[in-house]
Amino acid sequence: MMIDPKSQAAGNLNGDRIDLQLIADRVAPNSKVLDIGCGDGALLELLARQRGIDGRGLELSQSGVNNCVARGLSVVQGDADTDLSYYPDNGFDTVILSQTLQATQRPHEVLREMARIGERLIVSIPNFGHWRVRLDLLFNGRMPVTGALTASWYETANIHLCTLRDFTALCDVLDLQVESCITLSYGKARSLKGRPTRRANLMAEQGVFVLRRA
Amino acid sequence: MSATKANEEQGQTVRLDRAALKLDCGATLDHVELAYRTYGTLNKDKSNAILICHALTGDQHPAGINPLTDKEGWWTQVVGPGSIIDTDKYFVICSNVLGGCGGSTGPQSDKPDGSGPYGLDFPVITIADMVRAQNLLIDHLGIETLFCVLGGSMGGMQVLQWAAAHGERVFSAVPIATSARHSSQNIAFHEVGRQAILADAAFEGGRYFDSGNRPRKGLAVARMAAHITYLSEAALQRKFGRNLQDRDEVTYGFDADFQIESYLRHQGMSFVERFDANSYLYITRAMDYFDIAAENGGNLAAAFKNSDTRFCVMSFTSDWLFPTSESITLVRALNAAGANVSFVEIESDKGHDAFLLDEPEMHATLSGFLASAATARGLA
Repeated sequence: MMIDPKSQAAGNLNGDRIDLQLIADRVAPNSKVLDIGCGDGALLELLARQRGIDGRGLELSQSGVNNCVARGLSVVQGDADTDLSYYPDNGFDTVILSQTLQATQRPHEVLREMARIGERLIVSIPNFGHWRVRLDLLFNGRMPVTGALTASWYETANIHLCTLRDFTALCDVLDLQVESCITLSYGKARSLKGRPTRRANLMAEQGVFVLRRA
Repeated sequence: MSATKANEEQGQTVRLDRAALKLDCGATLDHVELAYRTYGTLNKDKSNAILICHALTGDQHPAGINPLTDKEGWWTQVVGPGSIIDTDKYFVICSNVLGGCGGSTGPQSDKPDGSGPYGLDFPVITIADMVRAQNLLIDHLGIETLFCVLGGSMGGMQVLQWAAAHGERVFSAVPIATSARHSSQNIAFHEVGRQAILADAAFEGGRYFDSGNRPRKGLAVARMAAHITYLSEAALQRKFGRNLQDRDEVTYGFDADFQIESYLRHQGMSFVERFDANSYLYITRAMDYFDIAAENGGNLAAAFKNSDTRFCVMSFTSDWLFPTSESITLVRALNAAGANVSFVEIESDKGHDAFLLDEPEMHATLSGFLASAATARGLA
């Protein structure tokens, strides 16, 4: 049984996904937004309520999709790895991928497709460079299980974990400009202009990136 | 609220005289009549109208009591006062399709020249022709934009045709357990049904009304074969298994030893009491010809380009007649067209007929979709 990559990677704070509000703050009002891996629709609902966006979602799990549609959200069942190619060029202002990249088969292809579909990308990832992760591996010699990565290696859906610096290196390859980055650590958010520092790569549990086609 | 009370809870027929109906086959039908039924009240803005499109053997009585059979309508699970398609809130319209045998113009109608019923002289019709006729009915009712057009199976085909051909009149669309084109396998099953009817000596080239005889056996076999395609192996196994019918052992003959045989025979025999063989030929043919992409140079997305309609596509896991893959093809095309689309696959072992049955997940989805569409339409 696979464990939902979101619930295991998101880091809960009072039961809420703390990255959601950070993402919502970075979406232009009344814009057209695609949320890839939208889960139960919490972010889309937040964006509709706070930002008045025209939102669409793509979600792999049947129960997630059914919940979303029953809540009145425009969501289709589909797979980020295979279904993004069916979306039109520049069909959206902002394309969001929150806590999903690490669970895809081909993260670079997913990012490439996202950049084709929308000019602006918001991507949040768990940071495999976090000091807890590094210490776990160094001292215990075991795959890390942390607050942000709660599942054991054999049951995790996160098959493509990376550090914040790995991620920005991939952005360079894909000609994606890192506009800003927010790091999250134990419920505290830090806003950074541009890309994360080596220190941030050590201290952050999660990173939320705002990217633009270069 | 000042509102027009219109024909609530009763059936009626309208003669669409304003324009002759030009059909895809090239023929023209004058004085087309559509039998239809409405429920609820049209609001002052005329913004709360829902058109329900029925399936192959359906009729214009989705809710309430069908006056012909004295039985409940075919979609009372979903339509009625206080129900998901709430007739206290919406003005619900359902018409018998062109070519049907529920009172609309079809092969059993009299020819204009007074030489009796059409029979096989009736022109071959398409799903687009059915929708053209419905479009005239909506004109007749004085409605500019339908709040929602919905239906399952062949009803879903009409929904898609509405959105593709008259999208500006469709605020939201719910195609359920359907496809943008009839598959080869589905055409094959229809052909078996038609050949069963045509092989019945009582069919008499479609002029069985002359003798007063009817091709009961052929139509019953057609229904038996089709009925299997509406179910699923799991549902058949669960319901009937290898159970014997009113006997303890097999009879080494061709009686209905098994419950499933008895059940199918009953389905076939009761169907011929309510359906016309010629209509069955024409309507199955209309489904076979349905292919929205073909009408747009093979590009399904082009059919829905610049569509403002909000779509909610639904399929069922055990439906092998209109499998989920057909819905996914449709959803991908709608996404490529930039349309506003939701898509849900419902877990069910009841096969194609699941859309007519008690499926709480489908009902929750439909209810949520309609509620959000109603808010967007200012109806909430």
